[in-house]
Formats: sequence, C-alpha cells, structure tokens
Amino acid sequence: MDEISNHLQAFNCPVPLSQHDSILIGHGSGGILTHELIKGLFQKLLGNEFLNAGNDAAVLHAINGENLVVSTDAHIVSPLFFPGGDIGRLAVCGTVNDVAMMGARVEALTASFIIEEGFAVSDLESIVASMADACREAEVKVVAGDTKVTERGKSDGLFISTSGFGWLPSGRQIAGNLAQSGDAVIISGPVGNHGVAIVQARGNLGFTSSVQSDVAPLNGMIAGLLDAVPEVHVLRDPTRGGLATTLVEIARQSGVSIELEESQIPVDQPVRSICEMLGLDPLYMANEGKLILILPNSSADRALETLHAHKYGQGAALIGKVRENSSGKLWLRTPLGTTRVLDMLSAEMLPRIC
Amino acid sequence: MCLGIPGKIIEIYSLEGTPMAKVDLGGAQQEVCIATTPEVKPGDYVLVHAGFALNILTDEEAQATLDLLKQIENFNAAHPELLHD
Amino acid sequence: MTSPLPIDHRSPALTLRLAEEIKSIISQPWNIMEICGGQTHAIMQYGLDQLLPKKIRMIHGPGCPVCVTSLEAIENALTLANQPQVILTSFGDMLRVPGASTDLLTARSHGADIRVVYSPLEAVKIAQANPHKQVVFFAIGFETTVPAIAASIQHARRNCISNYSILPANVLVPPAMEAILDGENRLVNAFLAAGHVCAVMGFHEYLPIAEKYRCPIVVTGFEPVDLMSGILMAVSQLEEDRFEVENAYNRAVTQEGNLAAQALIKEVFEPVERKWRGIGSIPLSGLGLAAKYKDFDAVSRFRLNPTPIPESPLCLAGKVLQGLIDPPECLAFGATCTPANPLGAPMVSSEGACNAYYRYQKGS
Repeated sequence: MDEISNHLQAFNCPVPLSQHDSILIGHGSGGILTHELIKGLFQKLLGNEFLNAGNDAAVLHAINGENLVVSTDAHIVSPLFFPGGDIGRLAVCGTVNDVAMMGARVEALTASFIIEEGFAVSDLESIVASMADACREAEVKVVAGDTKVTERGKSDGLFISTSGFGWLPSGRQIAGNLAQSGDAVIISGPVGNHGVAIVQARGNLGFTSSVQSDVAPLNGMIAGLLDAVPEVHVLRDPTRGGLATTLVEIARQSGVSIELEESQIPVDQPVRSICEMLGLDPLYMANEGKLILILPNSSADRALETLHAHKYGQGAALIGKVRENSSGKLWLRTPLGTTRVLDMLSAEMLPRIC
Repeated sequence: MCLGIPGKIIEIYSLEGTPMAKVDLGGAQQEVCIATTPEVKPGDYVLVHAGFALNILTDEEAQATLDLLKQIENFNAAHPELLHD
Repeated sequence: MTSPLPIDHRSPALTLRLAEEIKSIISQPWNIMEICGGQTHAIMQYGLDQLLPKKIRMIHGPGCPVCVTSLEAIENALTLANQPQVILTSFGDMLRVPGASTDLLTARSHGADIRVVYSPLEAVKIAQANPHKQVVFFAIGFETTVPAIAASIQHARRNCISNYSILPANVLVPPAMEAILDGENRLVNAFLAAGHVCAVMGFHEYLPIAEKYRCPIVVTGFEPVDLMSGILMAVSQLEEDRFEVENAYNRAVTQEGNLAAQALIKEVFEPVERKWRGIGSIPLSGLGLAAKYKDFDAVSRFRLNPTPIPESPLCLAGKVLQGLIDPPECLAFGATCTPANPLGAPMVSSEGACNAYYRYQKGS
C-alpha cells in the first residue's frame, strides 16, 4: 500500500486542451464558447457599434421619428419536427421575437431555404405552412426569400435563415445594458420546455413525456405590455443557454448583479423530472416562447397583471431583483436560504449519469 | 453514483427476453430494465439510474430523520401561529 | 412528486433543523469525505456547506468515476472511435475528459461517430439498427452502472447481437476507500458512502474497513435531508468515539443490497486489477468480463494494446481527490483551468470537485 501512497502524492494530468482548431458543437450552444467565438472572431473582424452592442437586434438610423430595427438568425434544429412545433415555426417566431425584444413593431421577414437534395416535398410544404400560420399569428409578412438546393449529404435536410425588420418609436429604449439597481426581474412563464422537447425528440435517451416546445411569437404580448408599462428597461428571450446564461449576459452588459429566488422560478414538473434524470439543469435549457422582463420594481405588479392576461404569459412570475454591485454576477438563493453563483453555460450541455 | 430518481412502475413487459417496465418519473415515462428487481408490480416504486432499476424503494427512513421530524411536528403543534409554507 | 414517502427530502425546515442539531453536538473539528461525486454536486447545488458549522470540513473524494478513468482507457476509446466501422457509445460524462492529447468531443468534431446514450441498453439498440457497424459501449462507473451493463451484454447474447461489445473501465468503491485511508497524510475522519452504489452492493463490505481504520462510515442519499442526516450521524459517531457503518438512506439501501444485481454482476464480470488515473494500479479494484463473456470485450475484439501513458505534472487533481487541497488552492483553478478549458477530469465532470467548486462558488 506504500506504493499507492506514493502514487497518491504524485498525481498528474495531461496538457491543457484550450486551443480549438475546429469548431465544436459547443460553439453553437449559446454559452461561453459561443461568446468567445463571437468576440474573438466575428466582432474582431466585422465589428461596428451596432454589432458590438450585443443585443437581439440592431437599432439603425431613424426615419420619420422611428428607428429601423434589424435582426437575423439561422435555424438548424434537429429533428426538424418536434413536439409543439417545427423548424418553420421556430424560424418565424425566433426572428419576430428578436425584433420585438427591442420594443419594436415587427413588420416583415425574409427567409432563405437551404434544402438537401432528396428532401421530401411534403415535409417542406408542412414546414412552410407552419411558417405561414406563425406569420398570420404574428401579423408579419415574408417579403423576400431565396432557395438553394445542395447535393445529397451536403446539408442536414433543411436549414432556414431569416431576417426581421421592424420600427421602434423614437424615445423608446430597451436594451441589455439598461438594467438598473432595484429593478424587478420577471420571467413570462415556466422555463426549459423547448430544450427538453428537443432532447426528447432526438429519441435516443429512452423516455417520453407530454413536454412540448413553447415556441411562440411574442410580439403581440410585448405590444400590450409596453402599452401598459412603457418604463420597461430590458426585454430578452432566453433561447440558447437558457435563463441563466441570458441573465448573466444582461448583468454583464448592464454592469449590475442579479439575484434570483430559486423557489420562484417556474418549472413544469415533467421538465424538472426529465432534467433530474439526465443531469441537465432547467435554468440552462433553451426557451422559444418566453421573455425576461427587467423593469422598475414599482411597475412589477402591473406588468405581471398584463402578462397573466395573455395566453403566452399566464405563468409569469417575479423571480429576482437587480442589485447595485457591478460584478456582473448572477446569484441564486436556494429554498434553504443558501446562495450560489450561476455562470454562463460553458459548452454543450451533455446528459450525465453522475 | 448519483442521478438515481424514484419511479413508479406502470406496466411490466418483456423486450426480447429481458424484463422491462414502463416507469413514471414525475411526469415523464421511461422504459426501464427490471432484470434485477423482477418481483416488482405496478404501483411499486424503484430507484432508476441509467435506464435500470437498481433497487425497490420502501418507506423506511433514517431514525435520525424520524426523530427530528417528530420534534418539528411537536413544535409546530405547540406553536401553530408560527407555521409558514 | 413521484414518491411513496411522507417526508419531503428537500424540506427546508427539516434540513435546517438537522443543521442546528449538528451544530449543537459538535465539539471539535472533523473532516468528512463524501465518496460520491453526486453527493459533492448536491452539497454544492443546495449550498449545504453554508449550513454546516465551520468545524466540519467536507472533503470531496474520488467518487467521480469519470475522474479516475485511466488515460489508457480514454486512448482505447479514442482509437475505437476513430475506426470508420465503429460507433462508440458513451455516457455523456466522458466526452469532455482530456485524454493524453485530445478528448472524445474533439474527436467527434473531427468526424468520429461518437454517440451519447443514457443507458447501455440504448447502445444495444444502436447495434441492432446498424448491423454493418461495430458498436462499442464505454463501460465506466462504479458498481452502480454495472448491473445495467451486465444486462445489456446478456440481452445482446440472448438475441445474437454480435456487433456489440464493451470497453471495460468500471471501478469498485471499497479499494478506493482503503487507498485513501492508507495514504500517508490521512485526513479523513469519517466517510459518507455513496447511496446508489450501496443500493446495489449493500454496505456489508464496509464493515471491515470501518473496523480496520476506526472510521465511521454512513451511507447517504442525495437530497438535502439525506445528506444532513448522514452528516449528523457521522458527527455523532465521531463525538462518541464510535466507528460503525450506519445507513441514512434506508429507503433505498439495505445491508445486503440487491442480491439479484450482485448475482448478475458476478455472472458477467470478475474483479481485475485496474489503473486509476493519477493513483496507479490497484489490485482487484476494477471489473473485467468473466471468461464466459470474454467475446464481448472490445479490447480483445479489436486487439487494443495501448502503451502506458505517463501523466505530466500540470494539474493537482490527485491532491484534490485525496482531500489534501481544496480546488481553489490550486493555482490553475479558475485561471488556466476552467470547465470550458479543463486541465484535468475533476474540472470537466460536473460532479468533479473542481467543477463543483467552480460552478457553485459563492464568489467574492
């Protein structure tokens, strides 16, 4: 056993693997790797004041007292069809929401389709019909489009890229860097549903449930909210990386810290169970039909009332507060009264057994 | 190791000769192998880990926990005005 | 909540009451090691260490099978994954663990067919669906995963699924506990044994260890009430100079364990010498396939023979795993070593001590 003690003293470990020479799945996860890629490559080469602001959409110059707002997105979700939606609905809602999160009235979308040779026309029709439904609901039009077909094997069935355009009334400012000390933090409903629905739809993790994606266009709800509560500071949808990553982003952009009450964060029971089973955290799972709202505490009740009256905001809850501390940290207070810091998602979240 | 969660047996069946059960895990259903808990019946609870039932769950509790729980119940009964959540 | 039980094991009231009880009986400092990474994870997630008296130091042990899986095993997995006819299946935990030069996740980004599965039976299904490929399951974990792996092998044999095999890398808890208690600077006063390992194996194997090393061992579960009552029982023993094996996870664990599971393990596996990352080889500390099932061994099927890989002295994971230092005391912690860019396994695995500290640290 002495030999073992000697070994215990001399534990070693391999060379660090910090250099990435190829893109990893984690670079698309919305977490730290994604942020590193955006900052270290895209912003470095393409950067300008609009791109570098790091919001869901860019607010451009004013025309007749309104600013043009532009956003773009690409959709590669697999599988293409999942409980609660499909890539088409996701594409429309994702871009509508990005523009609406700036407080803008969404007017139009463009959509480009990259289709793999051999893709079933009936599936394409189903997806585009789903986009049409979402557009009708959101009251927007697809005004320009493009189609490309790749050879079999060169793309994963179907990719969709969209841009969105809207108008922001002058004087209205809603952005990630505007959270203020004392503000209330509200989530519009239970978190983690979309992420879990996708994991389930991929089908190799051996479970079924009634969990559906929450994918939905929120511009109608936002318009009603801003009518009732114009003094909103921040709106953002917690997509990739989930609620926690998105709040860390906001805390850093605004130079504040945010404190959450774990017991107040709504999570549906099946989502909770599945996450527990797989070792995933609902706070880091994607949402496609939820918004984070940060606004003066005195307006919180009125905001909740307005959200509760809308079909997509019925589960809205006050989950935390913004603090003065400029650390850019996100804190979680557990039901036991203990606290811990939540960081951004570091890379792709993998199911675990330990 | 970890990540074992309680599941309720809904249905027993056999998959190509291997004993399996459909288990409810708080709103999600999983196909769980019950090769080493073959005596379970619908309504029983098992500890599920990596798609496998490790053991049957009983309603036994650690005595230390029960003792303290009794103390808390006695305290709550004596001070109903302090009850919260 | 799916449970037959009247007690809410996450009850704040009960958890806090247990913490108070610990405070009231403790008279001197004690070091308690939790064996299992899941216990570390739970302590960090609920901030239980914030509720304990300062006199208790929780040491996070090597119960992270991911952390102790040898470099040679990872190299074998990488060699297999890079063969075009092989689909390597694995629990998600292993994908980011650094091997000698790369990890499975990076290998996947370079084109290796590596798939995360939740259960070894899913791996067998993949084998059935891909009859022209070889499907290998990376068999890691403590005794908890072994019954499932054994069942997957028997299932494959019964259904003549010949393109399925496993890369054996399972390790056993009792030899690890002895290695820690035998170490030169033994710091550990008591152990919290891993509840789910014990659900399978029972805790009879710990009786001679408690006696030989005069060390209390308490089996605990993973909820706040479970852990706190386990710690309370351990502290009670220490204060009363007792060194017994006690069970705080009665609802899932009995002294004898699940006999059918143990029989299944014995049927398909046998104890072998196993190399523990950073510790070295420990006799009879791992599980290899029994003779009758040797044809499911990927090492012989693919004629794998990796040369022993020396580990370079850049990370202090070994000291952390023994409890000689806490992760923040390592110079690399949070600086060159983070979950996104880990130097060693305990920072990768979300149940590794370093990762748990990093993610759940209170911050300044």
